[in-house]
Amino acid sequence: MTQRKGSGEAERDMPTPPFVPQILSCDRPDVVDGAVDATVERRGRDGALLLQILIEAQERLSWLSPRALSRIAARLDLPRAHVEGVASFYSFLHLRPVGLYRLLFADNIIEEMQGGRDLMLELCRQLWIEPGKLSEDQLVSVDVTSCIGMSDQGPSLLVNGRPITGLTPERIGAIASLVRDRISLDHWPQELFAVADNVRRRDVLLSSRLAPGDALRRAIAESRDALVAQVGRANLRGRGGAGFATARKWELCRQAPVRDPGARVVVCNADEGEPGTFKDRVLLTLMPDHVFEGMTLAAYALEAKRGFLYLRGEYRYLREDLEAVLARRRRDGLLGRSILGAEGFDFEIEIHLGAGAYVCGEETALIESLEGKRGAPRIRPPFPVTHGYLGQPTSVNNVETLALATLIAAHGGEDFAKVGTPQSTGTKLLSVSGDCAAPGVYEFPFGVTIAEVLEACGARRAKAVQLGGAAGITLAEREFARRVAFEDAPTAGALMVFDQSRDMFQVARNFVRFFAHESCGFCTPCRIGTTLLRDLLQKLEDGHGSPLDLAEIERLDHLLQATSHCGLGQAAANPVLDGLRKFRPAFEARMLHEEFQPAFNLDAALARARQLSGRDDALAHLPEHKP
Amino acid sequence: MTKVFLLDGAPVPFEDGQSVLAAARRAGHFIPHLCWREEFPPHGSCKLCVVKIDGRQVSSCATPAREGLVVQSATEEILDERRELITMLFSEGNHFCPSCEKSGNCQLQALAYELEILAPRHNRFFPDRPVDASHPDILLDFNRCIFCELCVRASRDVDRKNVFALGGRGINKHLVVNAESGRLADTNLDKNDLAANICPVGVILHKRRGFAVPIGERIYDEQPISARDLAAAREEPRERQA
Repeated sequence: MTQRKGSGEAERDMPTPPFVPQILSCDRPDVVDGAVDATVERRGRDGALLLQILIEAQERLSWLSPRALSRIAARLDLPRAHVEGVASFYSFLHLRPVGLYRLLFADNIIEEMQGGRDLMLELCRQLWIEPGKLSEDQLVSVDVTSCIGMSDQGPSLLVNGRPITGLTPERIGAIASLVRDRISLDHWPQELFAVADNVRRRDVLLSSRLAPGDALRRAIAESRDALVAQVGRANLRGRGGAGFATARKWELCRQAPVRDPGARVVVCNADEGEPGTFKDRVLLTLMPDHVFEGMTLAAYALEAKRGFLYLRGEYRYLREDLEAVLARRRRDGLLGRSILGAEGFDFEIEIHLGAGAYVCGEETALIESLEGKRGAPRIRPPFPVTHGYLGQPTSVNNVETLALATLIAAHGGEDFAKVGTPQSTGTKLLSVSGDCAAPGVYEFPFGVTIAEVLEACGARRAKAVQLGGAAGITLAEREFARRVAFEDAPTAGALMVFDQSRDMFQVARNFVRFFAHESCGFCTPCRIGTTLLRDLLQKLEDGHGSPLDLAEIERLDHLLQATSHCGLGQAAANPVLDGLRKFRPAFEARMLHEEFQPAFNLDAALARARQLSGRDDALAHLPEHKP
Repeated sequence: MTKVFLLDGAPVPFEDGQSVLAAARRAGHFIPHLCWREEFPPHGSCKLCVVKIDGRQVSSCATPAREGLVVQSATEEILDERRELITMLFSEGNHFCPSCEKSGNCQLQALAYELEILAPRHNRFFPDRPVDASHPDILLDFNRCIFCELCVRASRDVDRKNVFALGGRGINKHLVVNAESGRLADTNLDKNDLAANICPVGVILHKRRGFAVPIGERIYDEQPISARDLAAAREEPRERQA
């Protein structure tokens, strides 16, 4: 509740806004059923669409009530427990009432350093609410979320799914007024929602002037085999971080036994969730035709008829523009039946939204999510190239990889391979953020050194670089001669800069908190280990650290790396392991005790009792903890 | 010639399609497991069956046996990892063995004894998980859930009722039942369903049968879980060994 006034007074004083946001009354059964039925009607009665239907029903209802879940289950002929299980997996789906305004501050380390957390607390103060709790008048909630892909222009937040970047105390004040006055988002100053592209260095991809269809025409004029061969000659490797050869992936997918070749599926992984990464957002903003054309080329190579763009929920605001591009491509004969007049070349692209789950960037979790399920990674093998979406051979490629495939199809593989290093051909988009003069997207040929990137972005006092986001590697100053390349320092593109003033312990703590929040919970080591690790770092932060805790951290790190089911758990140990290896003093500074100290603090545990009894005098504390 | 792989140096014969775990068990070698049961496809979530092959830890339940594999199972490294996993499960839920009706019949407890775990090492999480006593025959005590999903799979694949599913994510994962009220009484679970009789720990309990067998005379009081598991493997019909 905006508790600065009594409620009656507040109502009298309330300016008449141009438009009061309306949400449907979720407790009226007919309203709930109507909204669900309209959603199912529009999307289709298909269990694989469950997640999309949940997202759309929530857009109509603001939250998913028990009745809404039951209705969706009944209409889709799915067990209700399954529907609830899926809905409760995703951070952006709400199973409890939410406010008219839902503000989520990005909680990545860069924006934490830029004061995002302080701004969040300031907004809470101005709105008279606590973080993470809905105001009593059901108006507003303020909380944190994982990186929203805006760390080049942070601090940032999402309000009802729409990003606001470049937050300042002034902007926070303006937002607080708009919320208090119940102004509809449509009537907020639109410049609040401006998102900058911040392209700082262009190379072959970002300077490409290909028109829609150019690459496809050339590919069709030759053959499927020729296209795959060109991609192979280019030695194109996946830009999502793992660096698997794209032509090889397409070959495996082509060779996978399948009854009808058209059943193969092309998926573009636009679940850019790695903290500090935003280059796919820029590609989807500036060059969506390159991406969609890359998908269509992949479909041509594989004879696939169906394609999905899996767009992370944080990029929901891009959807309408992307749909418009798809519609134009359909009109221009670049999608749909007989593409560019080629008999039998039929391909459609659907946009599927994610809903706040980092783990869905892992390709088998992504496919589970595409199928409308919880995003838990599958047991591999079998790999998606043989058993992917609904069991069909599926090629999952990164946004950047597909955009590059368009270049290769248009200009040939040899041309492409001239840039970069022999094992890492072409260029790499780097999302640069942190302590530098010019954060943004830099396109560099592979083989560029960290020092060269730091020079280009104006980072003069860097002491560490986090390459590849939370799951990546921490590089110390002595390693700045290392090269961005699959054979040296591989990365999906995030490059966070930390200057001499930064505490690398806090960096590790932020990343560990991120992994604990994003663990899907499927396997024991990751589900419990990430939380134990988070709590141990918090214990050090709270001043209870001893060498025994460091030993325990190392033990947990080993277990996570060795036994986790997927890359998330395996990577969760990296920031701490690298931090301990390269910035050990930052951790040892937290070893305040030689002997083991319990994390449990009896005096702190009595805080609730003190609050309830309204006491804070000396007798309400343990003797050694005077207030 | 039967095909064999090596488990801690001992040759283990296998048939094509058999997992490392299933073949080892059939040949009389115990590998701990909680989420695996021979009549279900491998799940691979509990990670207790971790073994080391080619320098990498893998779930033996989900790894097909191959000729010439060299598998490490009862090494100090792997045993230590299994101990750590068990310890973690004890930290995650609310496990109070002395007052638990499943004590002596509980696989988590039995594995802890098998692996000689004497005390928890981590802070306990003490999650708030209310019990569901609404059903006339079955009590659900979520405090002991280890998320093996055996009840989920049994209800879905065998009973065809979908009474259980998993909800939430990460450390907030929890079991949900198939009812808008969230109450087991409003599902069609029957006490004779496989799902009602498959829980390896003490979540799904039958009412009015508490302590029918005194503690001290229960399954794992009589013999350790390794011996019991291998005895069960000998009794199982051969064709069910997947």
